[in-house]
Amino acid sequence: MSADVEFELRDLRVKNGAKQILQGVDLTLRRGETHALMGPNGSGKSTLANVIMGHPDYEVTGGDILFHGQSLLGLAPEERAKLGVFLAFQYPVAVPGVSVARFLKAAVEAVRGKSSGGAGGFLKGVREQMKFLEITEAFLDRGLNEGFSGGEKKRLEILQMLLLKPALGVLDETDSGLDIDALRIVAAGVNRLRGPDLTLLVITHYERLLKLIEPDHLHVLMNGRIAFSGGPDAVKQLELHGYDWIRDQVGAEVV
Amino acid sequence: MAHELPGGNKLLQDYKFGFVTDIAADAIPLGLNEDIVRLISAKKGEPGWMTDWRLAAYRHWLTLREPHWARADYPPIDYQASRYYSAPRQRAGKPGEMDPELAKTFERLGVPVHERGALAGVAVDAVFDSVSVATTQRERLKQQGIIFCSMSEAIREHGDLVRQYLGSVVPPTDNFFAALNSAVFTDGSFCFIPRGVRCPIELSTYFRINAISTGQFERTLIVAEPESFVSYIEGCTAPARDENQLHAAIVELVALEGAQIKYATVQNWFAGDAGGKGGIYNFVTKRGHCRGARSRISWTQVEVGAAITWKYPSVILEGADSVGEFYSVAFTHDRMQADTGTKMIHIGPRTRSTIVSKGISTGHSANTYRGMVKILPKAAHARNHTQCDSMLIGSQCSANTFPLIEARNATAITEHEATTSRISEEQLFYLRSRGLDEEAATALIVHGFCKEVLKELPMEFAVEAVKLLELKLEHSVG
Repeated sequence: MSADVEFELRDLRVKNGAKQILQGVDLTLRRGETHALMGPNGSGKSTLANVIMGHPDYEVTGGDILFHGQSLLGLAPEERAKLGVFLAFQYPVAVPGVSVARFLKAAVEAVRGKSSGGAGGFLKGVREQMKFLEITEAFLDRGLNEGFSGGEKKRLEILQMLLLKPALGVLDETDSGLDIDALRIVAAGVNRLRGPDLTLLVITHYERLLKLIEPDHLHVLMNGRIAFSGGPDAVKQLELHGYDWIRDQVGAEVV
Repeated sequence: MAHELPGGNKLLQDYKFGFVTDIAADAIPLGLNEDIVRLISAKKGEPGWMTDWRLAAYRHWLTLREPHWARADYPPIDYQASRYYSAPRQRAGKPGEMDPELAKTFERLGVPVHERGALAGVAVDAVFDSVSVATTQRERLKQQGIIFCSMSEAIREHGDLVRQYLGSVVPPTDNFFAALNSAVFTDGSFCFIPRGVRCPIELSTYFRINAISTGQFERTLIVAEPESFVSYIEGCTAPARDENQLHAAIVELVALEGAQIKYATVQNWFAGDAGGKGGIYNFVTKRGHCRGARSRISWTQVEVGAAITWKYPSVILEGADSVGEFYSVAFTHDRMQADTGTKMIHIGPRTRSTIVSKGISTGHSANTYRGMVKILPKAAHARNHTQCDSMLIGSQCSANTFPLIEARNATAITEHEATTSRISEEQLFYLRSRGLDEEAATALIVHGFCKEVLKELPMEFAVEAVKLLELKLEHSVG
C-alpha cells in the first residue's frame, strides 16, 4: 500500500436484511484527491455512504474499509467521526427542540475538543462560515433540521463539514433537491475546504455538481460493484451517453 | 423491618440523595386511629377547630376504599404499619440556628437553608420528615406583607386565613388520599401574597423524607390576593430503602382577581432499585382555583423519581378570562410506574387552558398520561389546547395516553394532539456520526423533546432539572 493512500475499500460486501447490496467494491482514494461516484438508482451508492459512517442497519459480510490503513469495521459512528470521517447526509433528520447552535457546539466539542476561545470564540467561527454559506443568523436558534427546506438542510450539512474539518468527506447526493443558486453556494462551501488535507468522495446523480466540484477520478457503481473507473474526462462521456455507455463498455456481465 | 439498600448498585450510586441522616427523632407509635390524629394535632399545638377538622377527615377516610384505577400495580397498603409523625430532635444551639446534622443534610442536598449563604433570589422552607426545620428570608418578605412560613406555624399564627382557605380547593372528602392527608398532615408551606404585591423572589419548599417506615403528609397552601404574583418551586428526595414509603400530599392554590401563581416541581423521590424493590409511593392531590377574573395558574412538573406516581395537578377555571397551564415531563426508568396528567375544569366564560405533557419511558417502566378537559355550560368561548407526546427508549417499556374531553358549551374550542414514538435510530445515527456517543445523543434528543416544558421552569431550576434528566438517562441507556 502506498504511503499516501488515505482511504480504501477492499472487496466490500454489504447486506441490508436479506438483501446483498454491495457485492465486492474496491476503491482507493489518495490524500487530497476528489473522487466522484455515480450510478443508477438502486446501485448501492447511499448504502456505501452509510456503511462508511457505520450505520447499524447494514451488515458488512466481507472485505474491509480502511482509513489511514486502519480498519473502520467494528468502530462506532462516533469513533469514525472522531478519526476524521464525515458524511453529508442525503436526508438529514430533524431533531426537534435541539437548537442548531447547541448541536453544532456539541458536535464540534465531541470531534475537535473544547475550543480555547470559549463560547464567544466558537460562535464567531460559526458566524463567519454561515456568512459564507449565506445562512441567516436566526438559523442558530431553530430546531435542528426542523421545518428546514431542502436547501437549508444541505447548507447545514456543509456548515458542519466546514466546522468539523474532516480528513475524509463523503457527500451523499448533496446536490439533490437544490436549485441552481443553492447548488453554487454548497459547492463553494465544499471547495473552501478542498486541499491536501481533505479527501473527498462525492456521490451524485448529476454531472452539474461535478462541474462545480471537479473530481480527479470518476467511478460508476452498478449492481453493487464498481463497473467503471476513469479520469475527469469520463464525466463528459457519461453526460453525453448515459449509463448505457458503461453497459456497452463492460458488457452484460454486470448489467 | 426495612433496610437501606446495599451499595454497589449502579442505580443507587446514581441516586446520590439516597443517604440517611443519623439524628434522634421524636416519633409517635406506628399505626393510625383517632388517638394518633389527636396526638399529631397536640404535637403541633393546634387549636380545637383544627383537631376537629382532622377527626372529621379521618372518619370520612374510614368510609373510603383505596383507589386502584390508575395504571400502577401495587399490593394494598397496610396503613397500620406506617408512622404518621416523626420530627428530628434538634440539639440546642444558638436561637434560630439549625442542628448541625440537619444543616449538613440540606447542604448535601444542595438546599440553601442558612440566611447567610442564601441565594439572593430564593426563600426556602425546609421540611424534614414531619416538620419544617427552617424558613429563610422571612423578614425581607414580611416587609412587603408576604407571609411565608410552615403550615404548622400558619395554623397557630394566622388561624383565620388558614381556616378561610384550607380545604377550599381540595376538600377533605375529595378522594381517599386527600382524606388521609387531611387527617394526618404534618407540615408544608403556607404562602400569602397580599393585594397588588409582586413577590420579589422565588419561594420554595424542599421536602426530605429521612425516618424509616414513616409517611410524609405535606400540606401546602398558597393564596394570591388580587393583582399579586408569586413563583413557587418545590423539590424532594428520600433515602434508598427496600420498603415503600408513602408520600400523600395536598397542594392548594387560590388565585384571586388578576393574580398569577406559577408552581414548579422537580420530583426526585427514591424510585426503588432496578428490580422494583423499595421506593416512594407518590400519591398527591394538587389543585389550583382561578377564583377571580383574569387570574392565572401554571403547573410545571419534572417527575423523575418515585416508585409509583399518582398525580394530576389541576386548575378550576372559575373567573372569567382566567388561564390554566400544565407543563409536564415524566421520566420513568427500571420498574417505575407513573400515572400523571391534569384536569382543566372550565367554568367561567373565555377561560383558556394549555396542556403540554412529555412522557419518556425506559427500562421496564410504565408511563401514563391521564387528562381531563371539562367545559361547563357557562364557559362560553372557552379554549383548550392539549399536546401529549410519549417517547419510548428500549423495547420493554410502555406508554399510555388517556385524554378525556367533555364539552358542554358549543362555542368552546378544544384541540388535542398526541404522538408516541420510539427514539429514532436515524436521529441517533445522525448525532453519532457527528461524534456524540449514544448516551450524549440520547440526552440531546430527550432534551429537545422536553424543551417546551423545561423553558417554563425558573432558570436555575431548569439547569438542575436538565442535569437530573441527563443523569437518569445515563443510567437508563448506558
